Amino acid sequence: MIDTKTTSKAVNVTSKACVSVLFAGDSGDGMQLTGTQFANTVAIRGSELNTFPNFPSEIRAPAGTIAGVSGFQLQFGSKPVYTPGAFFDVMIAMNSAALKANLKNLHRGGIIIASTDGFDAKNLRLAGYPEGVNPLEDGSLSNYIVFPIPVQQLTREALKDSGLTSREVDRCKNMFILGLLYWLYNLPIDGTVEMLQTKFKKKPLIAEANIKAVKTGYFFGDETEIFEGIGRFDIPPQKQHGVYRRVTGNEACAIALAAAAKKSGLELFLGSYPITPATEILQTLAKMKKWGVKTFQAEDEIAGIVSSIGAAFGGALAATNTSGPGLALKTEALGLAVMMEIPLVVINVQRGGPSTGLPTKPEQSDLFMAMYGRHGEAPLPVIAASSPVDCFYTTYEAARIAIEHMTPVLCLSDGYLALSSEPWKVEIPENLAEIKPHLQPARKPEDPPYLPYKRDDRQVRSWAVPGTKGLEHRLGGLEKQHEVGTVSHDPDNHELMTRIRAEKIALIADTIPLQNLDNGPEKGDLLVLGWGSSYGAIKTAVNQAIEKGYSVAHAHLRYINPFPKNLGNILANYKCVMIPENNYGQLIHIIRDKFLIEPIGFSKVKGLPFNEMEILAKITDLIKELQ
Amino acid sequence: MTDNNIKVKPALIAQDFASNQEPKWCPGCGDHAVLQQIKNTLPELGVAPENIVFISGIGCSSRLPYYMATYGVHGIHGRALPMATGLKIARPDLSVWVATGDGDALSIGGNHFIHTLRRNPDLNVILFNNEIYGLTKGQYSPTSKLGQRTVTSPSGVIDYPFNPASLAIGSGGSFFARAFDRDGKFLRSILLRAALHKGTSLVEIYQNCPIFNNDAFDAIANPGNKAENTIYLEQDKPLVFGKDNNKGIRLDGFKPVVVELNKENVSADDLWIHNEEDINKASILARFADTQFDSDEFLPRPIGVLYAENRITYEDALTEQISDAQKNKAGTLAELLKGDNAYIIQ
Repeated sequence: MIDTKTTSKAVNVTSKACVSVLFAGDSGDGMQLTGTQFANTVAIRGSELNTFPNFPSEIRAPAGTIAGVSGFQLQFGSKPVYTPGAFFDVMIAMNSAALKANLKNLHRGGIIIASTDGFDAKNLRLAGYPEGVNPLEDGSLSNYIVFPIPVQQLTREALKDSGLTSREVDRCKNMFILGLLYWLYNLPIDGTVEMLQTKFKKKPLIAEANIKAVKTGYFFGDETEIFEGIGRFDIPPQKQHGVYRRVTGNEACAIALAAAAKKSGLELFLGSYPITPATEILQTLAKMKKWGVKTFQAEDEIAGIVSSIGAAFGGALAATNTSGPGLALKTEALGLAVMMEIPLVVINVQRGGPSTGLPTKPEQSDLFMAMYGRHGEAPLPVIAASSPVDCFYTTYEAARIAIEHMTPVLCLSDGYLALSSEPWKVEIPENLAEIKPHLQPARKPEDPPYLPYKRDDRQVRSWAVPGTKGLEHRLGGLEKQHEVGTVSHDPDNHELMTRIRAEKIALIADTIPLQNLDNGPEKGDLLVLGWGSSYGAIKTAVNQAIEKGYSVAHAHLRYINPFPKNLGNILANYKCVMIPENNYGQLIHIIRDKFLIEPIGFSKVKGLPFNEMEILAKITDLIKELQ
Repeated sequence: MTDNNIKVKPALIAQDFASNQEPKWCPGCGDHAVLQQIKNTLPELGVAPENIVFISGIGCSSRLPYYMATYGVHGIHGRALPMATGLKIARPDLSVWVATGDGDALSIGGNHFIHTLRRNPDLNVILFNNEIYGLTKGQYSPTSKLGQRTVTSPSGVIDYPFNPASLAIGSGGSFFARAFDRDGKFLRSILLRAALHKGTSLVEIYQNCPIFNNDAFDAIANPGNKAENTIYLEQDKPLVFGKDNNKGIRLDGFKPVVVELNKENVSADDLWIHNEEDINKASILARFADTQFDSDEFLPRPIGVLYAENRITYEDALTEQISDAQKNKAGTLAELLKGDNAYIIQ
């Protein structure tokens, strides 16, 4: 371990409130690992943090090309950060394709740290620069502060006696960059050194080389004079004391399912089929056998949900996770779950569609499918998570609603939340809401017959689990006789059951919290109404708009079906309601339909999340129109 | 016995497993007979009705759960097997049965069929094979015969049919048996065998549909030809058949040939001895069903247990992994929430 404090010579250290950094390189350059390590280091130091990886859908897209660029963006700061940053302040470009693909999102005056060996003739050609043009040399980057550094050469020199092959040596380049960034942001390297020692425990030479590369990068910052102009930066940590962990949205969903099972006293069963960007939920739960979690990697999406319905019939907290194409395949089974009135959590991690669409890119375009995408009259609750950490609370709430209201619940996340991460102040078990299953107790022979579709005052039927004496009953997709539960084709009964099923979902509004205002005045010019992953961008934009003196508020929906009871009243308090969505306008239809108002839509369908600048610009335009 | 330890006293009878719903199958449908034999078999297992679940898909035979006084789910078309698998994984203590048909299991549910068999959860799967779609009124199924004329094959079926036995064995199934719907007592013995087998037991029942495919199995099953055209398998016994038990099957290398006993100096000692644990022999036996009834190549249809293999069930393997992970102690909710990488900000 080295004491980085004393080895650094005195250079000017500038304090900043918040910084956005992009690590970009070829998909084989290890940018995800580098970014993750940097994020861990700032998180453990106590910074506010938000991260977002951005990688191609191919495992190994052609090296050196724009298609092969893999990025990891993060924003960290002394004040709360809700997005990875609309623009970055610093960009690491491991090759010319990485620079070309991302330059448009670098702040004017931002810093570029370029690995010059990625800017040789071959790389420039692969990135699509004209013959003889090198952006590092032609003056085209004069609006930025550019640091061309021969990373490969410096890494090779440092590791020439490491005993590794030249290929293995070159794979340490990313650790050089990481060390340099640690120096630039006045951060300790110890955490990364420990990680490398653990990760390469069985390959001590590799561990040693990587650690040396980190240190070489760090000392390079010290020794070189190129940074003297800008000096170093410090972002003082601000987090309140407590126990934290960094979670991605997908991890948070998985933890929530397991936690809801523990809290409700049920066993968790997840039937699932791998699909980007939802797979990590299955992967995370597959590792939770210590908590008794049962995961089943089914042969297809349909078997994923149907096995879960079987497990739910057996008395488990059953869940399935998927993304758009998978949800489409599950819709027939969702109808069965609606008919059987059994608890089931369906997590849909939305991605760009239709069809295979943009598998690795986020979109919010499955809202209609979540709301209406079933045959027959088949209403079910729909709720949406707004941040990686909120994926925990929303999924937990989905499980609570499913179990306590005996219904399948659609829980929406998206590719942005799924892979983004932020620090989470670890929950303690006592703070989690109680979840009480409606388990029907055994029946004695002298008791009246068990009526599977007899309901309580919330129209919820009881859960009679096989193995319970005297409750033997048959469920299924055929319409059932009210209360009795036998097959019925009676016209009036079908209409009654259809009404009851709808009423049951509508009555959930009695048990969910009222809608709150996230920010801004209770009455005013403009309400920005969001749902899902646009939370961070809207939050940041509305904050800035309020600072400018605009009369703007922000409400963010978790509950989309049913809506919170007071939502209509809130909407009526503003001259104008604006609804930003990563789709072609879906929530706006539902709001218009339900409340007969005319909101302003703001669509973005680029496979990219909103950034705060876009939302702020839209708010500014609307406020000007209203004045 | 099954893995269920809950015994019922006094002993139950078939009627205890009948629900209050009248079966709505057509008069003369083979499903009635199968239902009766299931009800006759269950008391022999000593499992209480509340610990038994019947799962089905869609089709005539998939109505069966409604007629049982056990727990049950009449699910969606083709998906009975994944539903039963999920249930069995969640509740290994239950005795889980599946009623499915040739359309349900082999057409729309074909993918689930092969994957369930290879995973081997402890299910008792009854495949009602009537070689036709009954509920939708007479379209051909994946087991309909080549050339068969139906409403969707007016010029004759050109789909080469599935051989369920070969498909099951090829998919890694651990148990395959075959029986006729009308073979009451024998069917019951096969259902009992299936129930006692630990793993996915597949019982193919040749079931007559008197409305849309009447006498589909008549060529081999009518009382006049049955002895000549079927062979009832018995473990460790030679493959003998025929009206006078005067024919047998001998293996000529890998090729099964019909021989007449007491002729050509052939005796029972020269015949193929049935061994249901031998997958190679089971694979050859499964192929008997591919021979055409009216050709010289015809081999009698094997009835009984073609294949039975002891192999760990899916749910037992998973339970083992979970017990192993909880060897020291099960995880607590607090540990779950905290995870492995928590850090403290002072």
